[in-house]
Amino acid sequence: MDVFAAFVRKEFLHIFRDKRTMLILLVMPVVMIVIFGFALSNEINNINLAVVSSQRNETVRQLVERFDANHYFTIVGEYATAEPVEHLLRAGKADMAIVFGTDFDRQPSVQLIVDASNPNIASNEVFYTSSVIRKAMAETRPATQEEAVVTTHLRMLYNPQMRSSYNFVPGIMGLIFILISALMTSISIVREKEQGTMEVLLASPVRPIYIILSKMVPYLVISCFNLLTILLLAYLLLDVPVTGGIAGLCILSLVYIILSLALGLFISTVVNTQAVAMLGSVMTLMLPVMLLSGMIFPIESMPKVLQYISDVIPAKWYIMAARKMMIEGQTLAQVYVEASILTGMTVVLMALSLKNFKNRLG
Amino acid sequence: MDAIVTDRLTLSYGSVNALKEVTFAVHRGELYGIIGADGAGKTTLFRILATLVLPDSGQAWVDGYDVKAQYREIRRRIGYMPGRFSLYQDLSVKENLSFYASVFGTTIKENYELIAPIYSHLEPFARRKAGNLSGGMKQKLALCCALIHKPSVLFLDEPTTGVDPVSRQEFWDMLGDLRSRGITILVSTPYMDEANRCDRIALMREGEFMQVDTPQHIIASYRDELWAAESDNMFRLLGDIRHFEGVKRCYTFGVEHHFTADATVVERLRTYLAARGYKELTIRRVAATIEDCYMQLEDKYHG
Repeated sequence: MDVFAAFVRKEFLHIFRDKRTMLILLVMPVVMIVIFGFALSNEINNINLAVVSSQRNETVRQLVERFDANHYFTIVGEYATAEPVEHLLRAGKADMAIVFGTDFDRQPSVQLIVDASNPNIASNEVFYTSSVIRKAMAETRPATQEEAVVTTHLRMLYNPQMRSSYNFVPGIMGLIFILISALMTSISIVREKEQGTMEVLLASPVRPIYIILSKMVPYLVISCFNLLTILLLAYLLLDVPVTGGIAGLCILSLVYIILSLALGLFISTVVNTQAVAMLGSVMTLMLPVMLLSGMIFPIESMPKVLQYISDVIPAKWYIMAARKMMIEGQTLAQVYVEASILTGMTVVLMALSLKNFKNRLG
Repeated sequence: MDAIVTDRLTLSYGSVNALKEVTFAVHRGELYGIIGADGAGKTTLFRILATLVLPDSGQAWVDGYDVKAQYREIRRRIGYMPGRFSLYQDLSVKENLSFYASVFGTTIKENYELIAPIYSHLEPFARRKAGNLSGGMKQKLALCCALIHKPSVLFLDEPTTGVDPVSRQEFWDMLGDLRSRGITILVSTPYMDEANRCDRIALMREGEFMQVDTPQHIIASYRDELWAAESDNMFRLLGDIRHFEGVKRCYTFGVEHHFTADATVVERLRTYLAARGYKELTIRRVAATIEDCYMQLEDKYHG
């Protein structure tokens, strides 16, 4: 065990002495959480609303007041014609214009003109605005409408405010653990190959399994540290509810971290230079995780082929399970499908990389 | 049994024959040099003996153990220093050494006595990062790391390449010292002048051993008359000597040209060159060195 301890100590020294590595390992997760959690959000914060009404009657006035009182809306101006609206939207002074029909009392219809340069935000805004109008109309004119209009009542379960951070946090976790565990492990093993130190280690009595396992330990420790940071940030800063049980989530994450480490090992057994390891990891890990795991784009709306591909991406299963646990409040036992897929992948990858790791060069 | 024995070792990388039926033996306690230009197959041979690469055919034993079947035993007994600097650049001198000590299940203290003469050069820099050492210092550290577990056989692949002449001298002094302690040393080098420091040498080219003997015997076996020529226009001189009838071979050797020819041919060459208008022309008889022997063998083996 002395040998193993010496190896682990050496790995930690490598990490602590390389400022860039430290930066990636410890600062990047925090930055990503903050950026994705706050800056890159699809949620409605403040809609700058321009009101266009040719005649001011009581109903219109009440409705406008309602918008004014709602803290998600700021009325930027009221106009008699729709003419200034385009200018306002173009200049970014208004996000949306609401145009009331000329004979609103008898024929209540409104037109919403929205800046849809960000389609996700725009559709959220339209959705929210419509619901405000619908609610107001239902209250002010109860049962006046004879036509049997099917009214749809929406209840947004689990994430009623449609906060995108709920969605992003599990995604970022999926990305960060892959990056730290798989990318950094593969690079640190390949570095030894590239610098020739692996040659000396192989010619020594140390068993290759020690060399490999000692590479995993430091990144496992750091990943666990990151898991804690992310959960704390998510809970305290972004108010993400972790309703499914913190222990279960940690166990799930641990499985995923070990899976990522195994993936890193596997990469390191098939490539020989750091540049290839880096490129390979980014191409085969980061991009698929970002694009195909459902982190950003919903898997259900992808073409069938891509959906099949996404099935082999570990991050997909982790993110799915983590979302269920963090937001829907499911327990580890309820996400057993995802958990067992992840475990299975881990075992296979571990076996493959141990089999692939050679006792000799080349 | 000898410390290292090989039997028709052969290995090729695609169409390149790195080793062609190499058979040789290194006695216990011998300082054995493998002399050859880049690409001669030295590193391949070292890797096979260090159990890092398997030969296509042929067999090899190190310290009595088979490199294929008993590689674990061998790895316990050898010290291996690869061609390029292969220590951790971001670890300090001390950290590198104690790491390798743990790798071999020992401590610096336990074997300090063996490395002391070498490590004493490094001790003032114990806390310096290995990457910031000079070339000579790096090699001394690598040697210490390869020695820390008291190996019975030491493999040093081009340990003095890229090292200044003074450090090279020191390094070879250290090897002599280690040999006197009974450690078998197999060392490769592209520098022919280092060959004289070995007990026996093998001249290697294109995967083959051309000649194996003591440096003295190899030099003594040089039969041709060897001459050195110098003048104001060395480039033109090389062509003129080469094309002169009766000159067997001519090549640049340091600041001079070495060529082999009979004394009568040299007399005629002298008058011919004087007529060609060379200034400060000198031609003198010189004793052969290992490099001259290497050139001669190269001609013999490869036309």
